[in-house]
Amino acid sequence: MELVVATSLGGLTAAGIYLILRLRAFPVILGLTLLSYAVNVFVFATGRLTVGLPPVLSDGASAYTDPLPQALVLTAIVISFGMTAVLVLIALGAFLEAGDDRVNIEDETKTTGENDA
Amino acid sequence: MVSGSGLLPVMVLLPFIGALVPGLMIRAGRNACATFTAVPTVLALVFLGVMAPGVLDGGTVTAKFDWLPALGLNANFMLDGLGLLFAGMILGMGLLITLYARFYLSGDDPMGQFYTYLLLFQGAMLGIVVSDNILLLLVFWELTSLSSFLLIGYWKHLPEGRQGARMALTVTGAGGLAMIAGMLILGNIAGSYDLSVILQHGEEIRASEYYLPALILILLGAFTKSAQFPFHFWLPHAMAAPTPVSAYLHSATMVKAGIFLMARMWPVLAGTEEWFYIVSTVGLITMVIGALIALFKDDLKALLAFSTVSHLGLLTMLLGLGSKMAAVVAVFHILNHLTFKAALFMSAGIVDHETHTRDIKRLGGLASLMPVTALIAVVAALSMAGIPPLNGFMSKEMMLEEVAHTHWWGGEWPIIILATLGALLSVAYSFRFIGHTFFGPVRDDYPHHPHDPPVGMLLAPGFLAVLVVLIGLAPMVFAAPIVEAAGLAVTGEAPDVHLKLWHGVTPALFMSMVAVLGGAVLLWLHRPLDRIWLATPRPEAKVMFDTLVRRIALGSRFITEVAHNGSISRYLAIFTVATIALGYAAFQGGGLPAPTRAPLPVPPLVAVGFVLLMVATAATVTMHRNRFRALILTSVVGLMVSFGFVYLSAPDLALTQISVDTVTVMLMLLALHFLPKETPRESPIALHIRDGAIAIAAGVAVAALAYAFLLRDISTISDYHLANSYKGGGGTNVVNVILVDFRGYDTYGEIIVLGIAGLTLYALMEALLDGPASRRLRNWTFPPDRSRDRHPLMMVVATRVMMPIAALVGVYIFLRGHNLPGGGFVAGLVISIALLMQYMASGFGWTQERKRFEYHAMIGWGVVVAGLTGAGAWLAGEPFLTSAFGYFQIWPFEEFELATAALFDLGVFLTVLGAVMLMLYSLSRLARYAGETVNIEPMDYDPSRRADAPEAADGKKDEG
Repeated sequence: MELVVATSLGGLTAAGIYLILRLRAFPVILGLTLLSYAVNVFVFATGRLTVGLPPVLSDGASAYTDPLPQALVLTAIVISFGMTAVLVLIALGAFLEAGDDRVNIEDETKTTGENDA
Repeated sequence: MVSGSGLLPVMVLLPFIGALVPGLMIRAGRNACATFTAVPTVLALVFLGVMAPGVLDGGTVTAKFDWLPALGLNANFMLDGLGLLFAGMILGMGLLITLYARFYLSGDDPMGQFYTYLLLFQGAMLGIVVSDNILLLLVFWELTSLSSFLLIGYWKHLPEGRQGARMALTVTGAGGLAMIAGMLILGNIAGSYDLSVILQHGEEIRASEYYLPALILILLGAFTKSAQFPFHFWLPHAMAAPTPVSAYLHSATMVKAGIFLMARMWPVLAGTEEWFYIVSTVGLITMVIGALIALFKDDLKALLAFSTVSHLGLLTMLLGLGSKMAAVVAVFHILNHLTFKAALFMSAGIVDHETHTRDIKRLGGLASLMPVTALIAVVAALSMAGIPPLNGFMSKEMMLEEVAHTHWWGGEWPIIILATLGALLSVAYSFRFIGHTFFGPVRDDYPHHPHDPPVGMLLAPGFLAVLVVLIGLAPMVFAAPIVEAAGLAVTGEAPDVHLKLWHGVTPALFMSMVAVLGGAVLLWLHRPLDRIWLATPRPEAKVMFDTLVRRIALGSRFITEVAHNGSISRYLAIFTVATIALGYAAFQGGGLPAPTRAPLPVPPLVAVGFVLLMVATAATVTMHRNRFRALILTSVVGLMVSFGFVYLSAPDLALTQISVDTVTVMLMLLALHFLPKETPRESPIALHIRDGAIAIAAGVAVAALAYAFLLRDISTISDYHLANSYKGGGGTNVVNVILVDFRGYDTYGEIIVLGIAGLTLYALMEALLDGPASRRLRNWTFPPDRSRDRHPLMMVVATRVMMPIAALVGVYIFLRGHNLPGGGFVAGLVISIALLMQYMASGFGWTQERKRFEYHAMIGWGVVVAGLTGAGAWLAGEPFLTSAFGYFQIWPFEEFELATAALFDLGVFLTVLGAVMLMLYSLSRLARYAGETVNIEPMDYDPSRRADAPEAADGKKDEG
């Protein structure tokens, strides 16, 4: 199971990193989404993996899963949604104002440089 | 220890407090302004006078306050003999300069500003000399650099002033940074940053392997501040400052800070070979070079500046010799140099003021035109030249005496020759200063006809000239007590101070005579020598400095442009590679202990989910050009992650993940409506390979890291939470209790962040719709293949039925949150999904008309409710966000629990709901702006109406 989780984490991270290195906003946002999954699972996994243990106190239980990373990840999930939403709007705004959704400004500085000269 | 310790910190604070006054008092006139500037100085002098007797008797005044004890930074002050000498010099000169500047500054100069800077500087300088904590000393040290920057650049309209100020700040600031490092090393060796403790640990420090680095770093600070070769070049350029500043900072106080520091650290650092050779050599070189350049300077102030450099070199050399008597001579010469050099600067200022030039070649014969000034200048210059019976003669004789029996670089002769040469050049430029300015024929081509200035301007230099004579004639009365006390502080034992003019026929007397005669000859030969000097190529320090600064600026610009070229892909790539490299380095550092956990088995269902996850992830990457498909694939990944949470005992996370994914997909779909549907192929194949390599490296690294820690146990603080969740928080769902109770403050911050994100989105959208984007939206053409049936009947009916059920689920999840999986976050998301379904199915207009709450207000209320709940704990005398709970029974219900945490969770719920709805609402405005119509009826057409009836309900155009 540990190997499965670790491999999934690796796959999600690799895919996320590859996508955030693309040149257009939409893949970058998708990449960030995948990276958020990876990070959330990673933080969650720092509590170590448990199967079938209750996260809720009960009289019969002898052991529990680690609640602290879960609480941290829970807020992280919600916050990452907020972040994604803001990013999406920024990308949208850039696209609507500039006409394309490139994330880099290399070319633009070149052209303005020519205009100045 | 003597009493009066409370006065010491007050004395240091006085100038800082007083600095606020001149800026205000300038409205009351220049005299009032100057008077009020003098008040804190006079008060501080009185305080110093009260403490002085005890210190002169060999005592030390101390005052200690803990400031940041954890860092070893304490506001500890100490006044010993050395501190008393310097504090007296700083305050006394400060008073004289205040007086002199009152008459020197013209009506156009902002005098209030000047006095404020002056007092700030005075306070900083005073702080240096009475600090008993080296970190505190460093703070004051940097303050002098800053305030001197303001003073040098006081005439802001002069480019030389600005450049000189910048150069001084760069050089002394860089030295100060080096010194910080040196001081930290020193403090580490001694185990304390208190000077009095460090001074006890001299042996230990000198024996330490870090002695040499600490010594070099501290000396760098001292040498830059005291303008020692090769850092001497900033001082002449700082002469662009008004003359009172030059007299105060660049002869009397600031440049002596380095000397002070060397004297202060003398018991700890001196006495080694390294100290002897570094300090005495640098001092000697500075002394000779400074004197040589001074001889050929035509600007009065430049001449004095280089002579100051030379004398600072002399002091440095004396301290470097390492013998106790040499250190005492240095202390004596500090005092003498102050008196004659400040008087000379002020005289130069008067000459400049009266004739409107400082060029020696345009002056001469001023003695008959301004006799008083000439008298003062002549007395001071003769003292500088070392002519008896003035004070400069005595300290020079004692210096030569010390030098005469010092073994340096293989014998006595090298140092004797160099020191005599320095003295000889000193005689030459001193004679030149008075000879070419005040004597000779009276000229008729002065830029302005000179005469003696008003008495106020003469008072300060006159007083100093009197001191020069008095110390010369009766040294045992006017100088010996303070020299003795300061010498005691430097060397650690009471020195045997016998100051007298006649020492008998000693080697020093012969050296002195050579110097005076040689100096006279040099002056006589000055004209031809000057021609040779001007013809000889010399390195120009300012050009070199400017070139260096320019190169550094170019270098940093190059690095910035390479690394920061506007390409976010490049930043991310650099960042990722750097992170991988750091992580790899860390992995190599520590060994990996053996695994302590047995791997869990993998049931077939999990294997299926894993394969689905990996396939979906891979497909997202390979098909990311088709954006819609990629989005759907991402949501498959999210679903698998949620299943993973379910399987791995995290029901709360699974609930949250699923609901967040749902709203995220909706949000992205809304956005995708206006973004290109395809990502074009534009990056070259090499880029794909590079990015692929980086991505795979990162993936492997994360997988390896995760696998490594998953098989090993850690100690956690979770047991505390598990044990106290029910007892202290009153809930059995530990995750929820952590959120609303243990770490309630975090959660409070997080909902505020979420609320801000929602409002930001709204504001950005508002700005966007007002900007150039609105034109593009107005001309938006929707693709022809879009659905005609925007609000299908089946969906309208289904969502209408679902709404109360979904709301009930939301309320249920919220209520049970404290004890079972659920809570405010999830409930907020569930309700917002239920509402969104109404928007999607029945249309915007219809839903909007039935909306009872403003989403902005909901965010606000959420934060307020959560905050008030937290603040309510104060009423019970508990810290913020302490929760309270109790169990109640009302017939006919079962016993139930009421907790304030639930109220807090309500705030979370409201904020999440408001933020999510506001975000999606904002995005949907785009579509309406682009010409999408909204309906008022639940469907675009009413099925109950006859088909041939006119379509009245096609809706209004919102925001159109």
